[in-house]
Amino acid sequence: MRNIITIAVLCLFGGLKAEARTITVCPSCSFSGIKQALAAAVEGDVILIKKGEYQEGNIIVEKPVTLRGEGFPVLDGQNEAEVLTITANNVVVEGLDIRNVGASYLEDRAGIRVRKAKGFSIRNNRLNNTFFGIYLEHSASGAITGNKIFGEAVQEMSSGNAIHLWYCKDILVENNHVRGHRDGIYLEFVDNSKIRSNISEYNLRYGLHFMFSNNDDYFRNTFRRNGAGVAVMFSRQINMWENKFEYNWGQASYGLLLKEIYDAEIRDNTFRENTIGIYVEGSNRLQYRRNEFIRNGWAIKMSGGCLDNIVTANNFLNNTFDLSLNSAANNNTFDGNYWSSYNGYDLNRDGTGDVPYQPVKLFNYIVNRTPEAMVLLRSLFVDLLNFSERVSPVFTPANVADNRPLMRQLAFKR
Amino acid sequence: MFKILKYSFFDLTRSRWAYIYTAFFFLFTVSLLWLSGGMSKVVISLMNVILVLVPLIATMFGVMYYYNSREFTELLLAQPIRRTTIFFGQYLGLALSLSISLLLGVGLPFVLYGIFGSPEVWNFMMLLIVGVFLSFIFSAIAFFIALRNENHIKGFGLAILVWLFFAVIYDGLFLLALSLFSDYPLEQFAIGASMFNPIDLSRVLILLKLDISALMGFTGAVIQKFLGTALGMAVSLTVLSVWVILPAWGIRRVANHKDF
Amino acid sequence: MITIENLHKSFGRQEVLRGISMAFDRPGIYAILGPNGSGKTTLIKSILGMALPEKGRIEFQGQNIRGRWDYRRKIDYLPQIARFPDNLRVRELLAMIQDIRGEKPQALGRLIELFSLAPFLDKSLGKLSGGTRQKVNLVQAFMYDSPVLILDEPTNGLDPVALLRLKALLREEKDKGKLLLITTHIMSFVEEMADELVFLLEGHIHFRGTLDSLKEQYKETNLERAIARILEGEVGFSTNGHGKEAARIVLQRK
Repeated sequence: MRNIITIAVLCLFGGLKAEARTITVCPSCSFSGIKQALAAAVEGDVILIKKGEYQEGNIIVEKPVTLRGEGFPVLDGQNEAEVLTITANNVVVEGLDIRNVGASYLEDRAGIRVRKAKGFSIRNNRLNNTFFGIYLEHSASGAITGNKIFGEAVQEMSSGNAIHLWYCKDILVENNHVRGHRDGIYLEFVDNSKIRSNISEYNLRYGLHFMFSNNDDYFRNTFRRNGAGVAVMFSRQINMWENKFEYNWGQASYGLLLKEIYDAEIRDNTFRENTIGIYVEGSNRLQYRRNEFIRNGWAIKMSGGCLDNIVTANNFLNNTFDLSLNSAANNNTFDGNYWSSYNGYDLNRDGTGDVPYQPVKLFNYIVNRTPEAMVLLRSLFVDLLNFSERVSPVFTPANVADNRPLMRQLAFKR
Repeated sequence: MFKILKYSFFDLTRSRWAYIYTAFFFLFTVSLLWLSGGMSKVVISLMNVILVLVPLIATMFGVMYYYNSREFTELLLAQPIRRTTIFFGQYLGLALSLSISLLLGVGLPFVLYGIFGSPEVWNFMMLLIVGVFLSFIFSAIAFFIALRNENHIKGFGLAILVWLFFAVIYDGLFLLALSLFSDYPLEQFAIGASMFNPIDLSRVLILLKLDISALMGFTGAVIQKFLGTALGMAVSLTVLSVWVILPAWGIRRVANHKDF
Repeated sequence: MITIENLHKSFGRQEVLRGISMAFDRPGIYAILGPNGSGKTTLIKSILGMALPEKGRIEFQGQNIRGRWDYRRKIDYLPQIARFPDNLRVRELLAMIQDIRGEKPQALGRLIELFSLAPFLDKSLGKLSGGTRQKVNLVQAFMYDSPVLILDEPTNGLDPVALLRLKALLREEKDKGKLLLITTHIMSFVEEMADELVFLLEGHIHFRGTLDSLKEQYKETNLERAIARILEGEVGFSTNGHGKEAARIVLQRK
């Protein structure tokens, strides 16, 4: 929190310093190039870049200045160079249109790179076809807000991430719209950072990708039609609230992948029409609360020893399968959820069904063994199989049950 | 043919059974909509009922109707018209009246509930299309069976067996085959086998709408291609049409060579 | 008008017609008689094209009927069992037959009056009594003016008044120069109405001729006894007592 205030203060007062000069750059001005203006600038200056096209190769910002675009001036890397490299603290970049960095197998070129800097703000820029969009390394206390980063990635190997954070701390990533990259937002060794209200879609791999990052959170983001929505791996204390995971379809596709995650809270999210809503591997002590799972192939698939997880007060609506477990042992708790495929009754009228709901179906077990059997989904024969299995369980764990299944869908305001 | 169709249709739509059939669907759909609130869930529940009940009722009605109108058919046969005209007329009258019952019984509650403007509208449409196809297919099969068997009990028995086969037994054998040969690539087999059963085929068509998320989890390229593109839907609809034509062609063949 | 040559028909292993040849070339009322299973109905159905004979041919007005259907425009048919679609009204049934034949009936109004059917016109056929249904059946059969009429047990379930009217109607049709083929079990009806008899037995024509020649041949004074004699005669060569059985049935049902 302290970090955010710091950033906000910086943003608000950065431009108001009385001594600050404004250097105007335009193709017909005395400063016709950005590099030229940067050379003349001193700490705290504002470089106002007018509408126009600037092809200056790699521009290195070594001073704490503000680069402000007016009418979205185009900075074109001509498919050969990284465009902006920021190495100074307290740099602001806004209103620029950065293009054509060009893919490289040798170096991770970016539209905007921040290296070993603090207090930066990169806001309201447009980045098109920039290989890596915004690339932060060993940086802290900065904000990436309101940027649109659109790529045209077709192959995972030859594409970069839209927003890439590596060894960073206290970063705010908010209101960005990213699409068409390898990962939408990528975090590796990033702590105490916040990912808020972004839209990440049509990325080849993940909408959002955490690796070895701790104490982060992501709220109110939308992850749509990515190879997979969000992957959180080997990370601790990640809060995942109020996000939307939608239409992530594919053979190994899921809304959310959790791999070796402990003590996280997943709440108020919506998982809609993903092949797998949440895929969990070896993750313990997670809490799933007030999420809505709508029409996913599998709402939740757990494998590789998931212990002490609590699933409560969620809506499971018309998923093909509500739950899949690959181990017979289960000490996870399912309690007080609404399951649309629950057919029980509530004679004592306490709002919960009198018969427990068993979310693991025999057919799910069959499909795991013989995937082709999927074409028999929802057939009378399969219903009869599921029914007889429920009456006398042989293959499915009998103790995986919601003993208080809700009779009515929970009303969430989304 | 249209003349016979017209009167068969009049006769059937006024029958007690048509009212019961329509009323059943109507009440069932209304109570589903009333109880579960969400349209998606209703579509899924209805799908289960339509896939089982429509073939059963179409089969039963088909056999019953043929046997009941046996004497009248003789009078028609003495009229100056072709045999196929009579039987196609009667068959189409039956299939049409069954379809109308279904469309009214299921459609009316949904329209009143406001299906238009709901995202479910296409799933719902697919449900109705499939229901109509199944009515046409199974009443044709029933007519064919009744034409071939003058013995009512044998005809009824056979018709029930055919229904049972397509509704349950076929899928059991199908699943058995899949699990026995699970070491082999079964993709083509799985798709092919669904084509040979009109109920399975109808189910797959609805699955393409309802469970596409799960279906996209397939690893096989063939199934991916089949299910993931418009190809699957086009092929399925075509094969369903073949399923109507096949027994209808049987009716024609038997009718032309039969002694009455 | 109708010529039948060497007609054979069997259902499975059971031979029903075993080489029937005859011609109906003069107008008049022909009674087709015989015990149950003798092939009467099959013969009629063959003429109507409902049963498909495996051997022999049938010509209607000089044309082989095989594979044809338009000749039936010249035949009116009264089926044995008067069952119609339950939920159609009498009026609709008559309209349906007109629709199918595509021509206006000549005598509809008169027939409805004759059989007092006017109050039933808007009733569903399923709700009519057997006798009323038979009257509807008669109306549909007589409403056209076709040169040939085939009547299968026309007296079924008729009350005495209706029966009288039917007989009058039959005479009238005969006088118009029509050919009427009638199967029946009622011997008195045959004696009263028929110009000629055809007696079928086990798929063969056992007798064909006028009533008088039959009586003369078997030296009996009435038809019933003459027929009994035919069937008794059969017992002589029948090892299974079929003839006796048949006679019992014939005599019982009159």
